[in-house]
Amino acid sequence: MIRDSWRIVQLGLKSLMLHKLRSSLTTAGILFGVASVIAMLAVGEGASQEALEQYRDMGVTNVLVRSVKPEETQQTSSSMWSILDYGLTYAEADRIENLLPQATVVRVREVQRGVMRGEAFRVTVVVGTEPQFLDVSNMAVAEGRWLTDLDMLNQENVCVLGQSLARLLFPLENPIDKTILAGTDDRFRVVGVLAGQGRAAGPSGTTYDECVFVPMTSSRRRFGDTIRNLSTNRFELTELHEIKVKLSTSEEVENAANVLREMLRPAHATRGDYEVTVPLELLKQEEASKRMFNIVLAVIASISLLVGGIGIMNVMLATVTERTREIGIRRALGAKKKHIVQQFLVEAGVLSALGGIVGVGLGMVVPQLITYWFAQRTVVLVPHVMLAFCISAAVGVVFGIYPAWRAANMDPVEALRHE
Amino acid sequence: MDRSDRPIIAEFIDVHRHYLMGTNVVKALNGVSMQVHKSDYFAIMGRSGSGKSTMLNLLGCLDRPTSGSYMIGGRDVSKLNDDALSEVRGREIGFIFQSFNLIPQLTVLENLEVPLFYQGRVGAESRQKAEYLAERVGLGQRLEHRPLELSGGQQQRVAIARALMNDPLFLLADEATGNLDSNTEREILDLFDDLRRDGVTIVIVTHNQKVADRAERTLWLKDGQVERLVENRAAEVPQ
Ligand SMILES: Nc1ncnc2c1ncn2[C@@H]1O[C@H](COP(=O)(O)OP(=O)(O)OP(=O)(O)O)[C@@H](O)[C@H]1O
Ligand SMILES: [Mg+2]
Repeated sequence: MIRDSWRIVQLGLKSLMLHKLRSSLTTAGILFGVASVIAMLAVGEGASQEALEQYRDMGVTNVLVRSVKPEETQQTSSSMWSILDYGLTYAEADRIENLLPQATVVRVREVQRGVMRGEAFRVTVVVGTEPQFLDVSNMAVAEGRWLTDLDMLNQENVCVLGQSLARLLFPLENPIDKTILAGTDDRFRVVGVLAGQGRAAGPSGTTYDECVFVPMTSSRRRFGDTIRNLSTNRFELTELHEIKVKLSTSEEVENAANVLREMLRPAHATRGDYEVTVPLELLKQEEASKRMFNIVLAVIASISLLVGGIGIMNVMLATVTERTREIGIRRALGAKKKHIVQQFLVEAGVLSALGGIVGVGLGMVVPQLITYWFAQRTVVLVPHVMLAFCISAAVGVVFGIYPAWRAANMDPVEALRHE
Repeated sequence: MDRSDRPIIAEFIDVHRHYLMGTNVVKALNGVSMQVHKSDYFAIMGRSGSGKSTMLNLLGCLDRPTSGSYMIGGRDVSKLNDDALSEVRGREIGFIFQSFNLIPQLTVLENLEVPLFYQGRVGAESRQKAEYLAERVGLGQRLEHRPLELSGGQQQRVAIARALMNDPLFLLADEATGNLDSNTEREILDLFDDLRRDGVTIVIVTHNQKVADRAERTLWLKDGQVERLVENRAAEVPQ
């Protein structure tokens, strides 16, 4: 049985070899169809995984509320010296804590400062926050320690450095217990260095890897609540830049997000100076849009495989006509209709499966090139490859049915008389 | 052994084959009865259009009679369906064609194995048999060649070997020497004589009187009917 099947496949290959150019050209349709489907799936999968990871990093049980600087209008910009007052307040953070007693609420202040150590200098964000920040942001300490409640209580001038900032400021020495200068006259003693995040999360324009973390209370005391924005040179009054709310389970997220939105809307409605980000919602949206992408892709794939299939059908019809006499001979020698059907179906299947194999090869190389040239993450999934290959083989069989049927239903007498 | 002692292996009983051409009915065969006995060497002759090819197609189970019966080995095959007819062709009949009809993309060995392939009998045994028959027709060294690398006479020998692969009840040859020169023709006819001595039954259709003369008897067709059946005294009777 297996030997017979192998013989039929061999026979198919032999017959295809009779017209090498024609067979290869026909195969090309399937080949590029399969390759482009695999490549597109890989790009889509890569982009989607990147997004999903990012949202997961933000924490699927978190709800993030950020202050957003409102658009400058004529009135507000009329005076250089007026203070731009916007964003979340300490009182609101306290109310959130009351409304959601089961949640962990972390307050975050972000102050832009030049940070200096010896010769090394870098403008970055000094993040004033609370001890739970580490847990809520899903981060870890690499060296030394994190901020403590005692630091908060004593408004200690201690700081923890993001990994890449630590490397920049302390290229050669161990940063622990050294002092850095933030701005012109605020000194902080380094007590810890964070493990590298390698991800984009962080205040706008930076990542946590590049930030300095100090106790919330110290930030307030050293920098005050009214801060001169280094880039616009204006004073801005913002108490809190972000409030991170961590729920214990992802089931609570939706409800908590609604509570937060309801609570914040009355006070901020006209100004639109805050933004609620729910990573879980983004995650779900991404999954939905990935499904949509896959549907679109499936349509494109079907069209390209349809085109390839028509090519195969065309060639198989030509083959059947050319080999009418062979069909007659085989019938005379005892082949039943089913044997003839089988022979030409296998031939069509082999033709498209060959295209499929080469297409799979190409489809696995192209994503590598895309990653290399465009720094775009791509992920080739084995099930995708298998699916693409199986569909390609199936296309051959489906589009081979009619030619094979024609071959099998020839009158043996007529077929033998055919020149 | 006298012919009447030998069993009948193929028999036409009042066979008609009519073709409908528009409103006309062409009676290609119009009531033919005849018998082929085991080890017969049987020639069918007749003018063009007399119905020879029609009769050959019926004998070879490539076609079905419009009416009448066709018995092969005592079994009526005139009303079998396509699959069953294929089965009969594959098991009981060995075809030899005027234009050899080997499959070009297959080697000699593979061509020889085709009839057994459709009976699921390809394997070590079929290979041995192919080697034996190739040897028998004088082409033992050519098993791996392609048909186009062989001369016409050699190709026809391969075709004869192929026709013998399934141990058929009879060989059916349609102008088997029509495409060959007279020397090669004689070689092929000698091979037929050889086979016949081994008890193989042969039915040939031919235009050529010289070819027909080597047969044991000749059936003359005219307008789809048997005109006469001629015993050929010159042909040797099998032992
Ligand atoms: N498929 C067909 N359709 C219609 N008429 C046919 C068909 N095949 C044969 N005939 C007719 O049947 C008659 C017998 O034809 P057949 O081919 O059997 O003759 P033949 O003896 O083989 O002739 P030749 O020696 O020329 O090959 C002819 O009149 C032919 O026109
Ligand atoms: Mg004829």
